[in-house]
Amino acid sequence: MSFLAKIFIYPINSLILADLVERFGHKPLTMMSQIREKVTSLSLDSPPINITPEDPKIGLKYAAIEVPAGVRGRMALIGPLIEQTEAAIIVENPPTDFGCVGCNRTNELTKYLVRSKGVPVLEVKYPESDEEARDFVNKIVEFLESLPKEKPEEDEKAKEKESAEKEDKE
Amino acid sequence: MTETKKEEITKYIVISSDKVLPSDAAMKIYESEFPVTVKETCFGLIVSGAKDDVKTVVEKIRQLDKNHIFVKDRGFPPGDERRCRASRGGGPRPGFHFLREEVEMLPAIGAALDELEAKECVTEKHKTKCRLKTSALEKVIEQELAR
Repeated sequence: MSFLAKIFIYPINSLILADLVERFGHKPLTMMSQIREKVTSLSLDSPPINITPEDPKIGLKYAAIEVPAGVRGRMALIGPLIEQTEAAIIVENPPTDFGCVGCNRTNELTKYLVRSKGVPVLEVKYPESDEEARDFVNKIVEFLESLPKEKPEEDEKAKEKESAEKEDKE
Repeated sequence: MTETKKEEITKYIVISSDKVLPSDAAMKIYESEFPVTVKETCFGLIVSGAKDDVKTVVEKIRQLDKNHIFVKDRGFPPGDERRCRASRGGGPRPGFHFLREEVEMLPAIGAALDELEAKECVTEKHKTKCRLKTSALEKVIEQELAR
């Protein structure tokens, strides 16, 4: 199944956002996929402690050394996702921020990096009633449908590859 | 004898439907005979297995009531000791609180999706009415004259 665009979602582990993005044919960039790589990778020495010495180094790319280790550790997971982002949906006032998204400083930094990346960003408020839910879904669907449906660069690259392969065969 | 291991993924299927129960969805998966692990929970199912199998199974389950069944990825496999509450002394597992908050919102989101789908159907019908081809019009006239 080919996805149209990689969409960064905030809250990064949201069920509703991940489902809506996938439902309309795009790929949600979520914390769960990053966690899966960490916990199922065979290269880890001691699986319960799933941070490797490489992770703080990745985190340093996004947050300075003075910043608390928790922020850098989280950014080691979220940062690579932001780099892949082609569009983003940011939902303000989520009801709870537990677990991996429980750090407000990381959340501030994440939102700042996404906004300053220059990709299309949709900012909506978390729905609290049926009417708000209707607006919430409509806005997200409208945004997802407005995103480009073809990737000209990738097509060109694929064509280039094909022509290179043909030349090799000849 | 080295066999490359297929990528294993885990997905949550959250059911907020009046028509489908988690047990119905679980039975449907057992009937499909796909080699996946299914765990029934209070909010739906956790399905784990090879990537292609899980995707196919999830899509089948979603079609049971597509606007009221929601799907998301899960990082940890089901029953993982680092997350499973059986080995952590009880209490909700980390990550459940946010899911519970979102599950409360799902009926409204499902209703909004229903409404959106209904609207699309209406606009599609209007479009077909507007785009009446001349050949189709000719047929209608011929049928009327033939009476």
